[in-house]
Amino acid sequence: MNRSLVPIAAFALLVVVLAIGILRAPQKTVIQSVLLGKPAPEFVLPELGRDSSFDSRSMRGRWFLFNVWGTWCAECRAEHEMLLEISRSGRLPLVGLNWKDEDGLATQWLQDLGNPYDHVALDREGRVAIDWGVYGAPETFLVDADGKIVYKHVGPMTPEVWQRQFLARLPPPVARPLSAPSAEPSSSPPQAPVVAPSPAPVS
Amino acid sequence: MSLRSSSGWPMLLALMLLFAAGIARAVDPIELEDPLLQQRYRALSHELRCMQCQNQSIADSPVGLAGDLRREVRELLVAGKSDDEIRTWMRNRYGDFILFRPVFSARTAWLWLAPGVLLVLGLGIAVRVIRQRAAVAAGGRDDDDGSPA
Repeated sequence: MNRSLVPIAAFALLVVVLAIGILRAPQKTVIQSVLLGKPAPEFVLPELGRDSSFDSRSMRGRWFLFNVWGTWCAECRAEHEMLLEISRSGRLPLVGLNWKDEDGLATQWLQDLGNPYDHVALDREGRVAIDWGVYGAPETFLVDADGKIVYKHVGPMTPEVWQRQFLARLPPPVARPLSAPSAEPSSSPPQAPVVAPSPAPVS
Repeated sequence: MSLRSSSGWPMLLALMLLFAAGIARAVDPIELEDPLLQQRYRALSHELRCMQCQNQSIADSPVGLAGDLRREVRELLVAGKSDDEIRTWMRNRYGDFILFRPVFSARTAWLWLAPGVLLVLGLGIAVRVIRQRAAVAAGGRDDDDGSPA
Protein backbone atom coordinates (compact mmCIF):
# COMPACT_ATOMS: atom_id res chain seq x y z
CA MET A 1 0.00 0.00 0.00
CA ASN A 2 1.05 3.53 -0.71
CA ARG A 3 -0.02 4.62 2.75
CA SER A 4 2.41 2.37 4.61
CA LEU A 5 5.33 4.07 2.85
CA VAL A 6 4.64 7.38 4.57
CA PRO A 7 6.04 6.44 8.01
CA ILE A 8 9.05 4.80 6.39
CA ALA A 9 9.75 7.88 4.30
CA ALA A 10 9.36 10.09 7.37
CA PHE A 11 11.75 7.87 9.30
CA ALA A 12 14.30 7.95 6.47
CA LEU A 13 14.11 11.74 6.40
CA LEU A 14 14.68 11.86 10.14
CA VAL A 15 17.72 9.59 9.80
CA VAL A 16 19.19 11.89 7.15
CA VAL A 17 18.63 15.00 9.27
CA LEU A 18 20.16 13.41 12.37
CA ALA A 19 23.08 12.00 10.39
CA ILE A 20 23.92 15.47 9.08
CA GLY A 21 23.79 16.76 12.64
CA ILE A 22 26.08 14.04 13.94
CA LEU A 23 28.57 14.33 11.09
CA ARG A 24 28.80 18.07 11.51
CA ALA A 25 29.07 17.95 15.30
CA PRO A 26 32.89 17.88 15.51
CA GLN A 27 33.11 21.27 13.78
CA LYS A 28 30.54 22.74 16.10
CA THR A 29 32.64 22.31 19.22
CA VAL A 30 34.73 25.23 17.98
CA ILE A 31 32.61 28.35 17.90
CA GLN A 32 33.29 30.63 14.96
CA SER A 33 34.34 34.08 16.04
CA VAL A 34 32.10 36.92 14.94
CA LEU A 35 35.17 39.13 14.83
CA LEU A 36 36.66 37.53 11.73
CA GLY A 37 37.21 40.19 9.10
CA LYS A 38 36.42 42.92 11.61
CA PRO A 39 38.84 45.39 13.18
CA ALA A 40 40.66 43.93 16.16
CA PRO A 41 39.47 45.55 19.40
CA GLU A 42 41.91 48.20 20.52
CA PHE A 43 43.30 48.26 24.02
CA VAL A 44 45.91 49.78 26.28
CA LEU A 45 47.20 47.53 29.04
CA PRO A 46 50.21 47.37 31.33
CA GLU A 47 53.09 45.53 29.71
CA LEU A 48 55.00 42.77 31.42
CA GLY A 49 58.55 43.74 32.31
CA ARG A 50 58.15 47.38 31.25
CA ASP A 51 57.13 50.52 33.06
CA SER A 52 55.15 51.78 30.10
CA SER A 53 51.84 50.36 28.96
CA PHE A 54 51.20 48.54 25.70
CA ASP A 55 48.94 50.17 23.13
CA SER A 56 47.59 47.74 20.53
CA ARG A 57 47.56 50.55 17.98
CA SER A 58 51.36 50.46 17.99
CA MET A 59 51.07 47.26 15.93
CA ARG A 60 49.33 49.06 13.06
CA GLY A 61 51.03 48.50 9.77
CA ARG A 62 52.28 45.05 10.62
CA TRP A 63 50.80 41.59 10.66
CA PHE A 64 51.05 40.04 14.10
CA LEU A 65 49.97 37.06 16.15
CA PHE A 66 47.83 37.72 19.18
CA ASN A 67 48.10 34.83 21.61
CA VAL A 68 45.94 34.52 24.73
CA TRP A 69 47.62 32.55 27.48
CA GLY A 70 47.97 32.08 31.23
CA THR A 71 50.24 30.12 33.50
CA TRP A 72 47.12 28.32 34.82
CA CYS A 73 46.45 26.92 31.36
CA ALA A 74 47.90 23.49 30.67
CA GLU A 75 47.35 23.65 26.91
CA CYS A 76 49.39 26.86 26.83
CA ARG A 77 52.42 24.94 28.05
CA ALA A 78 51.79 22.38 25.32
CA GLU A 79 51.91 25.02 22.58
CA HIS A 80 54.78 27.03 24.03
CA GLU A 81 57.51 25.28 22.08
CA MET A 82 55.61 25.96 18.85
CA LEU A 83 55.29 29.65 19.74
CA LEU A 84 59.04 29.81 20.32
CA GLU A 85 59.57 28.27 16.92
CA ILE A 86 57.27 30.80 15.26
CA SER A 87 59.12 33.59 17.04
CA ARG A 88 62.46 32.24 15.82
CA SER A 89 61.18 32.00 12.26
CA GLY A 90 60.87 35.80 12.30
CA ARG A 91 57.76 35.80 10.11
CA LEU A 92 55.77 38.13 12.33
CA PRO A 93 55.81 39.58 15.83
CA LEU A 94 53.90 37.92 18.66
CA VAL A 95 51.79 39.81 21.13
CA GLY A 96 50.82 37.83 24.20
CA LEU A 97 47.74 38.54 26.26
CA ASN A 98 48.38 37.24 29.73
CA TRP A 99 44.80 36.47 30.77
CA LYS A 100 43.76 36.67 34.41
CA ASP A 101 47.14 35.69 35.72
CA GLU A 102 49.66 36.89 38.25
CA ASP A 103 52.51 39.02 36.91
CA GLY A 104 55.09 37.13 38.97
CA LEU A 105 53.97 33.74 37.67
CA ALA A 106 53.97 35.03 34.10
CA THR A 107 57.52 36.39 34.42
CA GLN A 108 58.69 33.12 35.93
CA TRP A 109 57.01 31.11 33.15
CA LEU A 110 58.76 33.09 30.43
CA GLN A 111 62.09 32.83 32.22
CA ASP A 112 61.74 29.08 32.56
CA LEU A 113 60.33 28.23 29.14
CA GLY A 114 61.69 31.07 26.99
CA ASN A 115 59.89 34.18 25.77
CA PRO A 116 58.37 34.05 22.28
CA TYR A 117 56.56 37.37 22.68
CA ASP A 118 57.56 40.81 21.47
CA HIS A 119 55.05 42.24 23.91
CA VAL A 120 53.08 40.75 26.77
CA ALA A 121 50.00 42.73 27.76
CA LEU A 122 48.59 42.06 31.20
CA ASP A 123 44.82 41.54 31.18
CA ARG A 124 44.48 41.10 34.91
CA GLU A 125 40.72 41.66 34.97
CA GLY A 126 39.91 39.79 31.78
CA ARG A 127 38.20 42.71 30.06
CA VAL A 128 40.27 42.76 26.88
CA ALA A 129 39.81 39.01 26.50
CA ILE A 130 36.03 39.54 26.53
CA ASP A 131 36.33 42.29 23.92
CA TRP A 132 38.16 39.80 21.71
CA GLY A 133 35.49 37.15 22.29
CA VAL A 134 37.92 34.82 24.03
CA TYR A 135 36.30 31.88 25.78
CA GLY A 136 39.20 29.61 26.61
CA ALA A 137 42.97 29.78 26.52
CA PRO A 138 44.94 29.26 24.45
CA GLU A 139 43.49 31.19 21.55
CA THR A 140 45.57 32.67 18.76
CA PHE A 141 44.47 35.43 16.39
CA LEU A 142 46.09 36.51 13.15
CA VAL A 143 45.82 40.28 12.69
CA ASP A 144 46.71 41.94 9.40
CA ALA A 145 48.50 45.20 8.73
CA ASP A 146 45.21 47.11 8.70
CA GLY A 147 44.40 45.85 12.16
CA LYS A 148 41.75 43.38 10.98
CA ILE A 149 41.33 39.91 12.45
CA VAL A 150 42.05 37.47 9.65
CA TYR A 151 41.89 34.17 11.51
CA LYS A 152 41.36 32.74 14.96
CA HIS A 153 42.50 29.40 16.28
CA VAL A 154 41.10 27.94 19.49
CA GLY A 155 43.33 25.44 21.27
CA PRO A 156 47.06 24.87 21.20
CA MET A 157 49.08 25.96 18.19
CA THR A 158 50.52 23.00 16.31
CA PRO A 159 52.84 22.83 13.31
CA GLU A 160 49.89 21.73 11.12
CA VAL A 161 47.67 24.60 12.22
CA TRP A 162 50.52 27.04 11.76
CA GLN A 163 51.24 25.76 8.26
CA ARG A 164 47.70 25.41 7.01
CA GLN A 165 45.81 28.20 8.69
CA PHE A 166 48.35 30.89 9.47
CA LEU A 167 51.28 30.70 7.04
CA ALA A 168 48.85 30.18 4.18
CA ARG A 169 47.11 33.45 5.01
CA LEU A 170 50.24 35.52 5.53
CA PRO A 171 51.55 37.67 2.69
CA PRO A 172 54.82 36.43 1.21
CA PRO A 173 57.83 37.27 3.37
CA VAL A 174 59.33 40.70 2.83
CA ALA A 175 63.04 41.03 2.25
CA ARG A 176 63.37 43.64 4.94
CA PRO A 177 63.91 42.67 8.57
CA LEU A 178 60.80 42.25 10.66
CA SER A 179 61.56 44.98 13.12
CA ALA A 180 61.20 47.65 10.46
CA PRO A 181 57.83 49.30 10.98
CA SER A 182 55.35 49.60 8.12
CA ALA A 183 57.04 47.11 5.87
CA GLU A 184 54.00 46.79 3.62
CA PRO A 185 53.18 49.80 1.48
CA SER A 186 49.43 49.08 1.62
CA SER A 187 49.56 49.36 5.36
CA SER A 188 50.53 52.95 5.78
CA PRO A 189 47.42 54.98 6.50
CA PRO A 190 48.45 58.62 6.72
CA GLN A 191 47.21 58.99 10.28
CA ALA A 192 49.37 56.21 11.64
CA PRO A 193 52.71 57.51 12.82
CA VAL A 194 54.03 54.22 14.07
CA VAL A 195 56.27 54.69 17.02
CA ALA A 196 59.15 52.35 16.32
CA PRO A 197 58.71 49.65 18.93
CA SER A 198 62.00 48.23 20.05
CA PRO A 199 61.83 44.51 19.54
CA ALA A 200 61.80 42.70 22.82
CA PRO A 201 64.97 40.75 23.42
CA VAL A 202 64.12 37.09 23.45
CA SER A 203 65.59 35.93 26.67
CA MET B 1 7.08 5.70 52.78
CA SER B 2 5.33 5.93 49.49
CA LEU B 3 5.52 9.25 47.66
CA ARG B 4 1.88 8.81 46.78
CA SER B 5 0.80 9.00 50.38
CA SER B 6 -0.66 12.33 51.31
CA SER B 7 2.14 13.16 53.75
CA GLY B 8 4.92 12.42 51.24
CA TRP B 9 4.29 15.18 48.75
CA PRO B 10 4.74 18.24 50.98
CA MET B 11 7.87 16.68 52.40
CA LEU B 12 9.31 16.06 48.94
CA LEU B 13 8.38 19.56 47.81
CA ALA B 14 10.04 21.07 50.85
CA LEU B 15 13.22 19.10 50.19
CA MET B 16 13.28 20.13 46.54
CA LEU B 17 12.86 23.78 47.43
CA LEU B 18 15.57 23.47 50.04
CA PHE B 19 18.07 22.11 47.53
CA ALA B 20 17.06 24.64 44.91
CA ALA B 21 17.67 27.44 47.39
CA GLY B 22 21.25 26.27 47.88
CA ILE B 23 21.92 26.24 44.14
CA ALA B 24 20.37 29.65 43.64
CA ARG B 25 22.64 31.26 46.17
CA ALA B 26 25.85 29.37 45.55
CA VAL B 27 27.18 30.71 42.26
CA ASP B 28 26.30 34.37 42.29
CA PRO B 29 25.93 36.02 45.66
CA ILE B 30 26.18 39.56 44.29
CA GLU B 31 23.06 41.69 44.42
CA LEU B 32 22.57 45.09 42.88
CA GLU B 33 21.24 47.82 45.13
CA ASP B 34 18.38 48.79 42.85
CA PRO B 35 15.82 45.94 43.03
CA LEU B 36 14.63 46.70 39.49
CA LEU B 37 18.16 46.42 38.11
CA GLN B 38 18.66 43.28 40.17
CA GLN B 39 15.60 41.74 38.57
CA ARG B 40 16.86 42.56 35.07
CA TYR B 41 20.34 41.34 36.00
CA ARG B 42 18.90 38.00 37.13
CA ALA B 43 16.90 37.61 33.95
CA LEU B 44 19.74 38.63 31.63
CA SER B 45 22.36 36.46 33.27
CA HIS B 46 20.05 33.48 32.88
CA GLU B 47 19.66 33.97 29.15
CA LEU B 48 23.36 34.37 28.37
CA ARG B 49 25.37 31.25 27.73
CA CYS B 50 28.55 30.42 29.56
CA MET B 51 30.87 30.01 26.58
CA GLN B 52 33.22 27.70 28.43
CA CYS B 53 30.65 25.24 29.71
CA GLN B 54 28.10 25.92 26.95
CA ASN B 55 25.13 24.20 28.53
CA GLN B 56 24.92 26.48 31.51
CA SER B 57 23.94 30.10 31.71
CA ILE B 58 26.44 32.56 33.10
CA ALA B 59 24.18 32.82 36.14
CA ASP B 60 24.64 29.14 36.91
CA SER B 61 28.29 28.72 36.10
CA PRO B 62 31.09 29.06 38.62
CA VAL B 63 33.88 29.40 36.03
CA GLY B 64 35.93 32.57 35.83
CA LEU B 65 34.74 33.79 32.44
CA ALA B 66 31.09 33.51 33.49
CA GLY B 67 31.90 35.65 36.52
CA ASP B 68 33.61 38.22 34.28
CA LEU B 69 30.61 38.30 31.95
CA ARG B 70 28.25 38.79 34.90
CA ARG B 71 30.41 41.70 35.98
CA GLU B 72 30.10 43.21 32.49
CA VAL B 73 26.30 42.77 32.61
CA ARG B 74 26.13 44.50 36.00
CA GLU B 75 28.31 47.38 34.85
CA LEU B 76 26.33 47.85 31.66
CA LEU B 77 23.07 47.82 33.63
CA VAL B 78 24.36 50.38 36.09
CA ALA B 79 25.58 52.47 33.14
CA GLY B 80 21.95 52.64 32.02
CA LYS B 81 22.05 50.29 29.03
CA SER B 82 18.86 48.58 27.94
CA ASP B 83 18.49 44.80 27.90
CA ASP B 84 18.70 44.79 24.11
CA GLU B 85 21.84 46.91 24.14
CA ILE B 86 23.45 44.46 26.54
CA ARG B 87 22.44 41.49 24.38
CA THR B 88 23.92 43.23 21.35
CA TRP B 89 27.08 44.03 23.29
CA MET B 90 27.48 40.32 24.04
CA ARG B 91 26.62 39.24 20.49
CA ASN B 92 29.23 41.61 19.06
CA ARG B 93 31.87 39.70 21.00
CA TYR B 94 30.64 36.13 21.17
CA GLY B 95 28.09 35.86 18.38
CA ASP B 96 24.50 34.61 18.43
CA PHE B 97 25.66 31.49 20.23
CA ILE B 98 25.84 33.36 23.54
CA LEU B 99 22.07 33.86 23.52
CA PHE B 100 20.09 30.88 24.72
CA ARG B 101 17.06 32.30 22.94
CA PRO B 102 18.12 32.56 19.29
CA VAL B 103 17.37 35.78 17.45
CA PHE B 104 14.83 35.57 14.64
CA SER B 105 16.67 35.78 11.34
CA ALA B 106 16.61 34.13 7.94
CA ARG B 107 18.95 31.47 9.29
CA THR B 108 16.92 30.72 12.40
CA ALA B 109 13.44 31.21 10.99
CA TRP B 110 12.83 27.45 10.65
CA LEU B 111 13.75 27.03 14.32
CA TRP B 112 10.99 29.38 15.35
CA LEU B 113 8.39 28.41 12.78
CA ALA B 114 8.88 24.63 12.69
CA PRO B 115 7.04 23.90 15.98
CA GLY B 116 3.94 25.78 14.85
CA VAL B 117 4.00 24.22 11.39
CA LEU B 118 4.47 20.74 12.84
CA LEU B 119 1.68 21.32 15.35
CA VAL B 120 -0.77 22.35 12.62
CA LEU B 121 0.35 19.42 10.47
CA GLY B 122 -0.07 16.98 13.36
CA LEU B 123 -3.51 18.35 14.22
CA GLY B 124 -4.56 18.04 10.60
CA ILE B 125 -3.47 14.41 10.45
CA ALA B 126 -5.12 13.68 13.80
CA VAL B 127 -8.43 15.21 12.68
CA ARG B 128 -8.37 13.21 9.46
CA VAL B 129 -7.59 9.94 11.24
CA ILE B 130 -10.28 10.53 13.86
CA ARG B 131 -12.90 11.35 11.21
CA GLN B 132 -12.02 8.27 9.19
CA ARG B 133 -12.24 6.06 12.24
CA ALA B 134 -15.53 7.61 13.27
CA ALA B 135 -16.85 6.98 9.79
CA VAL B 136 -15.66 3.36 9.88
CA ALA B 137 -17.14 2.86 13.35
CA ALA B 138 -20.42 4.42 12.28
CA GLY B 139 -20.44 2.27 9.16
CA GLY B 140 -19.80 -0.86 11.26
CA ARG B 141 -22.66 -0.07 13.59
CA ASP B 142 -24.94 0.57 10.65
CA ASP B 143 -24.01 -2.86 9.31
CA ASP B 144 -24.86 -4.40 12.66
CA ASP B 145 -28.19 -2.72 12.60
CA GLY B 146 -28.76 -4.14 9.19
CA SER B 147 -29.89 -0.79 7.82
CA PRO B 148 -28.69 0.32 4.34
CA ALA B 149 -25.38 2.28 4.19
